[in-house]
Amino acid sequence: MDTKAIGGCAPEAAICARGISRDFEAGQTTIRVLHGIDTDIRSGEMTYVVGESGSGKTTLISIMCGILWPTEGEVKVFGTDIYKLSDTELVKFRLNNIGFIFQQYNLIPSIDVASNAAVPLIAQGVPREEARERAKVLLEKLNIGNQADKLPRQLSGGQQQRVAIARALVHEPRLVVCDEPTAALDASSGRRVMDLLREVAVAPDRACIIVTHDNRIFDLADRIIVLEDGRVTHDGKEMPDDH
Amino acid sequence: MLWIAIRMLTGDAQKFYGLLFGIGFSTLLITQQMTIFVNLVERGASGVYNAPEAEVWVMDPVSRTTDVSYAMPGTALDRVRSVKGVEWAVPHLRAQANVRTKDGDLEGVGIVGVDDATLIGLPERMASGDKSVLFAPDTVVIDDVGTTRLFPDGESALGSRLELNDQRAVIRGIADAIPSFTSTVVLYTRYSSALNFVPGTRNRLSFVLVGVSEGETPESVAARIEAETGLKAETRKEFARAGINFIIENTGIPTNFGITVFLGFVVGIAIVGLTFSLFLRDNIKQFGALKAIGVTNAKIVQMVGVQAGMVGAIGYALGVIGTVAFIKAFGSNPFFKGFYIPWQIPLISLVAVVIILAITGLIAIRSVLNTEPASVFR
Repeated sequence: MDTKAIGGCAPEAAICARGISRDFEAGQTTIRVLHGIDTDIRSGEMTYVVGESGSGKTTLISIMCGILWPTEGEVKVFGTDIYKLSDTELVKFRLNNIGFIFQQYNLIPSIDVASNAAVPLIAQGVPREEARERAKVLLEKLNIGNQADKLPRQLSGGQQQRVAIARALVHEPRLVVCDEPTAALDASSGRRVMDLLREVAVAPDRACIIVTHDNRIFDLADRIIVLEDGRVTHDGKEMPDDH
Repeated sequence: MLWIAIRMLTGDAQKFYGLLFGIGFSTLLITQQMTIFVNLVERGASGVYNAPEAEVWVMDPVSRTTDVSYAMPGTALDRVRSVKGVEWAVPHLRAQANVRTKDGDLEGVGIVGVDDATLIGLPERMASGDKSVLFAPDTVVIDDVGTTRLFPDGESALGSRLELNDQRAVIRGIADAIPSFTSTVVLYTRYSSALNFVPGTRNRLSFVLVGVSEGETPESVAARIEAETGLKAETRKEFARAGINFIIENTGIPTNFGITVFLGFVVGIAIVGLTFSLFLRDNIKQFGALKAIGVTNAKIVQMVGVQAGMVGAIGYALGVIGTVAFIKAFGSNPFFKGFYIPWQIPLISLVAVVIILAITGLIAIRSVLNTEPASVFR
């Protein structure tokens, strides 16, 4: 694995992205959705990536967490140039280092909550019962330990969100990526989820990126990166006044 | 992960049962139709199977099966007996006749004339009565399936008098025989009686049944008979095969059953393919999430493989059990008498199921493999 620093990358950066561009083909036309983005994501911070629909925020975090190849540029995650890894190595890297929280949760409807939360461990090869026990410990921490044996459909939206958080953290990844974690929740539930995320997902050795356009939770960010038309237009502690 | 795959499948009860139905129905249709086909065409050899002592069948060179034969002069029997390696040789007559029943109905019957002294040519077992009854005058033994045609009301056939080609015949026994392809009523009688029952022509001897001496093989004796007599001689196995081939070559049965089996295969592909594709499509987000989390494509293929394998195993078992139940349920029906499932047929069905699942699985899994992990963020 290549752990050599790339140009201007802070040594403590969890993610170091340089010159990230991404094109998509639309019929005969090529559309560039990201234009040479340079940014770092630091451990110990909750970083928001915000922007209007179509601004490229989802594309950017997809590239940052190794599930979408950039057309140009380099991405180092914890010092590893992830797009120089083979396909198998990249999949394994994701499994061991990144936790995902999806907007739609994407829980498996036919297995119980504990098993859903244990999926990354099971994928790592941890025996099922051991993985479930470890997941149950985390579910307890998220105050849904008593729901461990239920199916996802028996839970409320907020509870399902907590299961998704448990699944993202159960294998103790160093990077947690959340896609619109509050989109389906009311304001108070959204803030509770964000408080919870801060409590469990932000740590000195762990980075947390959240893609959102929910302005109700902007005040909870440590850092906000604003994207417009595939370019970073703001990078700071607070949202700019014109947003 | 494979456990998760199985739970994903069984958790969607509607599609799970749909898949089981598709595979089960296909297996049932393929296995059942092929079983009926095989048993039906094997009846082309029933005449041979019903004379188990005969190791070699000798006939006129133009004869083809037990039912398509050309009579030989009586001297053929002596010529065959003179061949080295022939332990015994007996006359065998097969002909058609008409029976007027007590109710005045007319029924076409097959007449089988067996050796007067040894009764070789009779089926091995009797369903009712003893073989020795044939030594009484005017006696015939009827095959058990034939009784259901001549006596549909269930009255006892034993002791019944028949008008057989204008002559009196009395049924004094019922043979446990394999029905013929056409399910024609068969009346067994001694060779000398058969000559009386059947209208006369110059040559009357249909076949000579031969047993071979110790140390000889049926093949070598048959070859010797052909060489020395100019007659056609076939081993029991060869002649049975000829009867089966005659049915296959001269009827539309293989085509008809072939179409049904093919339709079973197509229906299986259609139901399973559609349901499996829908199942995977419904779970595409979950598969996408698994890929994003770090589950390899190889593991995803294994998961889908396990799902297909499980559906295949259960559906196949249900289909085969259904066929066995069908054969058992209809076992008392004369049409299905003696039907069995040759071991090759479940094997062929299994291959068909594997092909159905391979085709449908490969088509369905493409959508999963082509799903980009990044799609879960959209």
